[in-house]
Amino acid sequence: MKVVLQNLSKAFPSRNKRVNADVIAVRDFNFEIPDGKLIGLLGPSGCGKSTALNLICGLLTPTGGRIFFGDDDVTDLPPENRGVGLVFQNYALYPHLTVRQNILFPLQNLKGEDRLSKADMLARAHEVAGLVQIGELMDRRPSELSGGQQQRVAIARALVKMPRILLLDEPLSNLDARLRLQTREEIRRIQRQTQITTVFVTHDQEEAMSISDIIVVMRSGVVEQIGKPQDVYDSPVNLFVAKFLGTPPINVFIGKVDGGTLFIGEDAVLDIKGISDREVYVGIRPEGFVLDSGGPLCCNLSRVEVMGRDVSIVSSHDASANPTIRSIINAESAVDFTSANVRFTVKPDKVFLFSRETEDRIFFEV
Amino acid sequence: MTKHTGYSKIKKSAKARKTVGNVVIYTLLTLWAVMVLFPFYWMLLSSVKSYGSYTSEFIPAFFTLSPTMENYISAFTAVPLAGYFVNTLIFTVSTTAIMLVVTVFAAFAFARLNFKGKNVAFMLFLALMMIPNELVIVTNFVTITTLDMRNTFLGLILPSVTSVFYIYLLKENLAQIPDELYYAAKVDGTSDLKYLFKVMLPICKPTIITIVILKVIECWNSFVWPRLITDDANYFLVSNGIQEIRESGFGRENIPAMMAAVVVISVPLIVLFLIFRKKVMAGVSRGGTKG
Repeated sequence: MKVVLQNLSKAFPSRNKRVNADVIAVRDFNFEIPDGKLIGLLGPSGCGKSTALNLICGLLTPTGGRIFFGDDDVTDLPPENRGVGLVFQNYALYPHLTVRQNILFPLQNLKGEDRLSKADMLARAHEVAGLVQIGELMDRRPSELSGGQQQRVAIARALVKMPRILLLDEPLSNLDARLRLQTREEIRRIQRQTQITTVFVTHDQEEAMSISDIIVVMRSGVVEQIGKPQDVYDSPVNLFVAKFLGTPPINVFIGKVDGGTLFIGEDAVLDIKGISDREVYVGIRPEGFVLDSGGPLCCNLSRVEVMGRDVSIVSSHDASANPTIRSIINAESAVDFTSANVRFTVKPDKVFLFSRETEDRIFFEV
Repeated sequence: MTKHTGYSKIKKSAKARKTVGNVVIYTLLTLWAVMVLFPFYWMLLSSVKSYGSYTSEFIPAFFTLSPTMENYISAFTAVPLAGYFVNTLIFTVSTTAIMLVVTVFAAFAFARLNFKGKNVAFMLFLALMMIPNELVIVTNFVTITTLDMRNTFLGLILPSVTSVFYIYLLKENLAQIPDELYYAAKVDGTSDLKYLFKVMLPICKPTIITIVILKVIECWNSFVWPRLITDDANYFLVSNGIQEIRESGFGRENIPAMMAAVVVISVPLIVLFLIFRKKVMAGVSRGGTKG
């Protein structure tokens, strides 16, 4: 089932009576979610991603725009009639019901033709329980389960009525690091297996990039960029997106283009074409540095962190916007730990230029 | 080795301290239990003494060697106690049932629904708790009499079908249920009413049971209102019956017969309490600590 969001907006009335301006949580969201894909809604907290999710599932009514599931306009439908499955951050399992009853609950609320016989309901519940691998926990209560198990029950409950769309609201943030990795792969597997269009909300860019088919980066209610994770990483549209994606984060320098040469401070790092002389921000991914004793970019070496496969060089530069620069170098290249300076050349495809005024991307040729 | 002996010494002294503590605690508890249970014992004892022996004892004896059941017989024959029993049962069951419906819906409205003036209405509701019952009885009496409902079950029942305190208690309990459950239930396809009955009430079961039991006790023990509003013996409750038996003793108070009636009347409540003891405590402590 494809989902179309058309000029979707949501404003909350201001709490402060003296200020009449509404708080705009989502502004003019346009997006067509392709059938059977997993979408990662990504952004810092308060950017409106959960609001967008609640608009899709119907817990909130939009102040503008339309929502379509396939060809049906569902904008005015209440959540119970939309056929969506929703998994909450804190799972929201019914504490007085066993796992089995929790999973059966959505089925028992179906009416008319959709209503299944008791035996069919049980069969469906067991099928879904098998899918999320909680078959042996069916008679326990939520309080007797671990966080990861509760999470699976919540997913099973969302899946059991065969929703047209599955919505996950930060489903992994209450799990420990190891379980988070495992569960995220599980979600990916389940999504592949069921082919249900899924929207996944998270503030963790690594999580979003690793499991999504498409990521949507949001900031203050506005969609900044939509694309495949690798494409968004390789070609961010502005400084915000570039900074938000990637660990360690991108290194930002204050630089300028002068006579076809890109300067970072006094260092002429790259010859570029297609840009007139101007002041710019220069973003360089940590993997965009190449150790080169004759390289143009000269940084003050602070320390070297050995991570096994790679070496992370922490250094500083007068023109850097952040106190430290982090570059990741193959462990095989020899680093002189004792020297005060370290010199790099940069990989042109890992260097992004952004306008000083608008922070939008400026494209260049080498 | 020295370390080891030191450790066992500490262990020994800790054990001794614990023993002393236990002795003190259990002694106090025993005293307390005796104080609490003595009136019950006295009630049972008096009910099996004959009227003659009871009135002839200048200093009441703490036990009797010739227990008799005649008081129990006279309790049922001197006044129509069985009829009063049935009346009380009707009164208690219908009052509690109606009150439960009223309380559940009122608490749900205050806890979950959004309507204009909700907070003001709730404040006014709470303010009602400050008006003493005795004051309300006067106006209630006038109202019921004007409505010509004296000597009817309706007149008995109506004034006690609402309870501000129980609405408050249940509302606080319902409000503690996280909003996410409501949203989850909405997405799972429930209406508000279905959510109330399938999710909220089962979660608040201990509180509901507490309310029911407290209300049953209140109804079963009510005396002033039934006494005021009924003068027809067909509508007397057991509490009125006790009063009548008391006055049936040849010019003197027939205490043993009255005690026998009290025993009979108390048994249902004691049984009820013993069955639901744990639930009552759970409900009270839940409503009390968070709220």
